[in-house]
Amino acid sequence: MKLQQLSLFLENRPGRLDAPLEAIAAAGINILTLSLADTAQFGILRLIVRDWDKAKQVLEDGGWVVNLTEVVAVDVEDRPGGLAEVLKVLDQAGVNIEYMYAFSSYRPDKAILIFRFEDPDQAVKVLLDQGIRALDGDELIHADG
Amino acid sequence: MQDSSPASHTAIWDTEAETLPTPQRQALQLERLQALVARIGQVPFYRSHFLRHDISPARIRTLDDLHRLPFTTKEDLRRHHPFGFLTVPRSDVARIHGSSGTTGTPTFVAYTKKDLTLWADLCARFLVAGGLQPQHTVQVAFGYGLFTGGFGLHYGIERVGAAIIPAAAGNTRRQLTIMRELNPEVLICTPSYALTIADGARELGIDPRSLPIRFGHFGGEPWTEDLRLEIEQQLDIQAFNNYGLSEVIGPGVSGECSERTGMHIQDDHFLVECLDSETLEPVPEGEPGELVITSLTREAMPLLRYRTRDIARLYRDPCPCGRTSLRMSRVTGRSDDMLIIRGVNLFPSQIEEALLRVEGTTAHYLIEVDRPGTPGRSMDELTVKVEIHREMFSDRMDRMQALRERIGSEIHAIAGIRARVELVEPRSLERFVGKAKRVIDRRNLNDGPKAP
Repeated sequence: MKLQQLSLFLENRPGRLDAPLEAIAAAGINILTLSLADTAQFGILRLIVRDWDKAKQVLEDGGWVVNLTEVVAVDVEDRPGGLAEVLKVLDQAGVNIEYMYAFSSYRPDKAILIFRFEDPDQAVKVLLDQGIRALDGDELIHADG
Repeated sequence: MQDSSPASHTAIWDTEAETLPTPQRQALQLERLQALVARIGQVPFYRSHFLRHDISPARIRTLDDLHRLPFTTKEDLRRHHPFGFLTVPRSDVARIHGSSGTTGTPTFVAYTKKDLTLWADLCARFLVAGGLQPQHTVQVAFGYGLFTGGFGLHYGIERVGAAIIPAAAGNTRRQLTIMRELNPEVLICTPSYALTIADGARELGIDPRSLPIRFGHFGGEPWTEDLRLEIEQQLDIQAFNNYGLSEVIGPGVSGECSERTGMHIQDDHFLVECLDSETLEPVPEGEPGELVITSLTREAMPLLRYRTRDIARLYRDPCPCGRTSLRMSRVTGRSDDMLIIRGVNLFPSQIEEALLRVEGTTAHYLIEVDRPGTPGRSMDELTVKVEIHREMFSDRMDRMQALRERIGSEIHAIAGIRARVELVEPRSLERFVGKAKRVIDRRNLNDGPKAP
C-alpha cells in the first residue's frame, strides 16, 4: 500500500534538472510522476518510478545524493470537494501531512494524490478505516498506461 | 577503560627540567638566550641586524630584551637557502630534514648530533607525559623521510625504550594487518590518518574499537577538539596532541600530559611568544595570537623569533601534573589564512569546526568573501558553500532549511559572524591532493593580512 519515492538534491541553477532526468532516461526508466520543491538556492526533486532501485543506483552512480521515502498514493473523486473529504479524514485522525502532490489521472473521474506522511503506516490505517484505499504500485503502473 | 589507561600515569621523563620552579626556569632561559645571541651573530642575516641595532650579549639583560631581537620568517630562510642560517661547519651537520614545501620552496633544516639527542629527549618528554612506557609497542604511521614526524618520534620512542614498528604512512590495509598481528598499544600518525585507519578497518569488516591500540599521539597538522572526540570514539583510545615545526626542530616543541590542559611547551629550550600578527605586540595572556619561537639551544640552525604563522593561546597557570612549563592551546588557525570580515577575525578552521558540530564529519566546504556595492559604502559578505552528502539529505524542505540554519548558527556561535550558507551538490567543489584552498576572497583587499 506504500510506494517508494526517490528524492534528490539539486542546486537551483539553470540546467541542473536536465542531467539527472537524462541519466534515468538513458537507463530506460520512465517517470510516473514527479514534484520539484525549491528555494532560491536549492531544490528537492521527488520522483516516482516503477524501477526505483535501478533508478536509485543510476542516480547515485551519477554522483547525486538520493534518498528513498515511503509515500502513500490515494485516488479521490475528481469533483469539487473530493480532496477536501480525504483531508478531513486525515485531519480528524490527527495525521500530519509532510507534503503532497498530484498525479496525472488514469480515469477521467479520478485524481491521484501522493502524500508524504510522518508515519505512513498509521495514515494508511486511518484511510482504510474510513473506506479510503491507498493504491499499490501495480495499480499506479497500470494507471500510467 | 582499561586498567593501564594512560591517564592513570603521571610519569615525568626529565623531572628536573620539567618541574623547574619559574624563577630558575627564567634564569636558565636568560642564560641560554645570552649564549645564543653570542653565537648567532656569525649568521650574516643576524649580524647585520645586530650591527644596525647595537645588539650584543651584554645588552640582553632580561628576558624582556627579547623584543630587541629581529624576527625570522620563512621568506628569510628561503632567501638564504639552503644553509645561510647554519652556525656550525658543514662537517658538524649530522642530519638534514626539510619542510614539506606546501607554501613554496621547501626549506632545509640541519641538525648536529647534539641536536638529534636533544630532539629525541624532547619527544620522549611528551610521549611519556601522554602515557608511553618502556614495555609498550608503538606503531609509527608517520612518513619517514625529509618530513620530521617519522624520525623525530622514532628516536623519541627509542629513547623511552619502547618497541617501535616503523610502519611509515600509507597502505592502510598493511597498517591494520601489522596492528592485528603485533598488538601495538600506541599509534603515532596525523589525526586525519587515524580516522583513515578506522575507516579502513570498517571496510574490512573489522570493528575499529577492537584494534589493540589504547592511546595515540597525533600531530603534524592542525586539528580540532571535535576531531579528537571523533578519533577517541571511533578507535576507543585516548588521543594526545603534540606540536612542532621543522624550522624549530620538528615534533617535540610541545605536547600534552594526561591532564590535557594544553600542550606543555619545552620552554627550557624554546622561548615562545604569542603576538598580534599585525602589530607584532604581545597579546594578553589566554588570547589567540601568532606563536613566535626562539630556539635557545639548537646548535646547527638556531633561529631568533621565528614567525610560525600558527595561531594559538598561551597559558601560564599551573598544571596539576606538576610540570611548570608554559602551555599552549591547540593551533586554531594560521595568520596567513586569517580573514578579517566586517572587522571580525575568521579562520577557515573555525568554519570546519562548525561543520563538524553539525554533521560529525569533515565536510567539503568553500568560503567566499565578497564586498558588493560601491567602494566605501559596502559590507563584506561571507558565503559558506557546503557539499551535501547522504546523511545530511532529507526529502523534507523544512529539514533542509533547518540544516542550513543550524550550520549558520554554529558558524555564528564559533566565529561570531553571520554567514550565508549555501548547500551545494556532492562533488561540486574542487578536490585537492595537497593543502586545500578553502577561501576565495573577491574583495581585492590591499590592506588585508598577507604573508610577508
